[in-house]
Amino acid sequence: MTQSIAKFIIWMAALSTIAVMVLILFQILKEGLPVLHLRFFLDSPKDMGREGGILSTIVGTMALTAVAILFGAPLGVGTAILLKEYTREGRTSFIIRFGTDCLAGIPSIIFGLFGFVFFVIYLNFGWSILSGGLTLAAMILPTVISTTEEAIKTIPHSYREVSYSLGGTKWQTVTRVVLPNALPGILTGILLSIGRSIGETAAIILTAGSSLVMPTSLFSPIRTMSVHFYILAREGISMKMAYGAGAALVLFVLLINMIAQWLINRYIRHRT
Amino acid sequence: MELKEKIIEKILLLIALSSITVLTLITFFIFEEGLPLILKIGPKAFFLGGKWIPSKGLFGIFPMIVSSFWVTFGALLLGIPLGLSCTIFLCEWTPSSLATLLRPALQLLAAIPSVIYGFWGLIVLVPLIRNYLGGPGLSILTGSLVLSFMILPTVITISEDSLKALPPSYKAGSLALGATHWQTIWRVLIPAARSGIVASIILGMGRAIGETMAMIMILGNAVKMPTSFLDSARTLTTNIGIEMGYATGDHRQALFATGIVLFFIIMALNTLAISLSRRRVR
Amino acid sequence: MSQESKIVIRDFNFRYDSVQALRNINLDIQPRQIFSIFGPARSGKTTLLKSLNRLTDLVFGTSHTGTIFLDGMDIYDPKVNLTQLRRRIGMVFDLPTPLPISIFDNVAFGPKLIKFNQKKNLFEIVEKALKSAVLWEEVKDRLHTSALRLSGGQQQRLCIARVLALEPDVLLLDEPCSGLDPISTASIEETLRQLKKDYTVILVPHNIQQASRVADRAGFFLNGELIEEGPVYQIFAKPREKRTEDYVTGRFG
Repeated sequence: MTQSIAKFIIWMAALSTIAVMVLILFQILKEGLPVLHLRFFLDSPKDMGREGGILSTIVGTMALTAVAILFGAPLGVGTAILLKEYTREGRTSFIIRFGTDCLAGIPSIIFGLFGFVFFVIYLNFGWSILSGGLTLAAMILPTVISTTEEAIKTIPHSYREVSYSLGGTKWQTVTRVVLPNALPGILTGILLSIGRSIGETAAIILTAGSSLVMPTSLFSPIRTMSVHFYILAREGISMKMAYGAGAALVLFVLLINMIAQWLINRYIRHRT
Repeated sequence: MELKEKIIEKILLLIALSSITVLTLITFFIFEEGLPLILKIGPKAFFLGGKWIPSKGLFGIFPMIVSSFWVTFGALLLGIPLGLSCTIFLCEWTPSSLATLLRPALQLLAAIPSVIYGFWGLIVLVPLIRNYLGGPGLSILTGSLVLSFMILPTVITISEDSLKALPPSYKAGSLALGATHWQTIWRVLIPAARSGIVASIILGMGRAIGETMAMIMILGNAVKMPTSFLDSARTLTTNIGIEMGYATGDHRQALFATGIVLFFIIMALNTLAISLSRRRVR
Repeated sequence: MSQESKIVIRDFNFRYDSVQALRNINLDIQPRQIFSIFGPARSGKTTLLKSLNRLTDLVFGTSHTGTIFLDGMDIYDPKVNLTQLRRRIGMVFDLPTPLPISIFDNVAFGPKLIKFNQKKNLFEIVEKALKSAVLWEEVKDRLHTSALRLSGGQQQRLCIARVLALEPDVLLLDEPCSGLDPISTASIEETLRQLKKDYTVILVPHNIQQASRVADRAGFFLNGELIEEGPVYQIFAKPREKRTEDYVTGRFG
């Protein structure tokens, strides 16, 4: 008797979760997709966003994400290589892991505060692509580290032994055996980080500003797609434009995540 | 060749110290900006003060602390049963057509930016609550509802790992003794995985307390002590998020000080969760 | 001895943390011969092999006393270039471990490590190595296909070719035929008989029969000690030590 009640509740929970997800996506896409025509992506916002498109925000988002990956990916992969190939469990790896775990839990608003006082003010980068990108790099660091570590873990130790027994040095073994084979996993982590960066808002408002002007350098302030969406919605500037920006945002994020999922599945199939 | 190897190792070590360096920098700068203000107006006035009126130099964050916990508590109230149910579903009822839908649904839920959640809450939930339950609609209830779905992926992934890590003999043994499927789940498997499940809940809590954008959009902006779930409110995060754009001087420092409180709470929660997930229940 | 011993092991002891894996090993190994190290499981055979090319350096917490000489040079001397040592002493493991790349790239892996990139020469090296490993005829038309597609026996010969591409002096083979069918085993054994003309071969056999088929001399290892060694016909037919005799006749295993 309890069995069937429990089963019912559980099925309801699963159903409602799926339902909510469908509802959210449906709402945004239903109102937003009609707004998405080619000009929407190719024009910059006009009149504070009431007219035109979202081009400068797309450019801003891509620039910011590029900076974040440029700094975050090498640092993250390098950290994982050190943890897995150069040290064993001891004081050094404990400290590094502790730092990474803590960093993973810090909410984006705190990163925003940090980025503001450190990059914008202290290092005098101002509200800029650089400030925002570097802050984002710090935020994606834990993700890159853990996905790279997972990828490296799956490389059989026998591969490394082959390289060493043929006279390979540690670095040669890492670059010729470990990394090439871990690449799919690493790329997945980077893709997930890109998806996260695109959707990130709180930290970016405080560090990259909200300028609608097309950026001209790394020190230009920019508005990303998510920030633009937020401002349109909250300031009530234009519901139609807000839906459009939201739909574009959702589509970009979904696309990146689908590619990442496909890569994960292909990777798993390739391994087994 | 040997020298090159040694140099590479040193460079990698420096790279690897980046995460702890960033953590130190964050801690240092947040405290450097916020601590002077707490000391200036006194901890009691800051933590326990009930009025937040920057223009008059009043920076009491007590209502914000209470609101943060109310919203989180509400989110957990719905999120824990929802999350546990979905976890059990994923572990015990695969393969099934619904399960193959649930996984991608969860991945999507995790990927959706928080501003989208906030927007949906604003457009759909707020009018619903305002019309059927009263109040301004922009309320703690709305926030909790949306948050409960936002923390689902966190709760489910970690709980699922804990359940999957259990030795299969637990389940086999229980069933062999004549227990039903549900009894096995409820009386054997879940208690055995409890430290991992509790860890997932604590991490979900941390995620909930730290959420900013969605909350700004649907909680309303009332800087007062909440008295019901239908009240508008302001949490620690929304406090920072809303006012940081134009705050200066003491006001800005007070927002950093709010950040310190947030930082502590989340650090405490995360450390608790990590230490719990390291323990294995026999 | 008319020739200098290729490898001389003197009073060699080896520990993994607190476990003593090798006790007081004293052994001379002659060039251009197949020397077989046999004995029951956990008697130190693999440890000895891995000490010869210092693959044991990869494991933390190990220590040793005594010396091992290769052509009169102490291999544990701090001035020794480890990568060069490992090229002179090549190793083939018990399970075939082709890297997930093409056949050609597998064999070329070693030479490429020392920046041997001239394309023409590389091809010659690969061809020569594959011929010595008796694999060339079977793969010459598909050098750029994945090595994972080869059969077990072919993969193992590929691993031998990979080692030979570096033109080592010594070949270490740790149960190279485990997991292989009798036909593949026979082909590997034939390969070894060809190889001993030019190389010094140290072999841990899959079973004693393999040692008696293939080796010139053999040494019996038990619990980390070298009990006795000598020509193969003597060790197996008339062992000096009782323990050797017991093992060879199957009284324990």
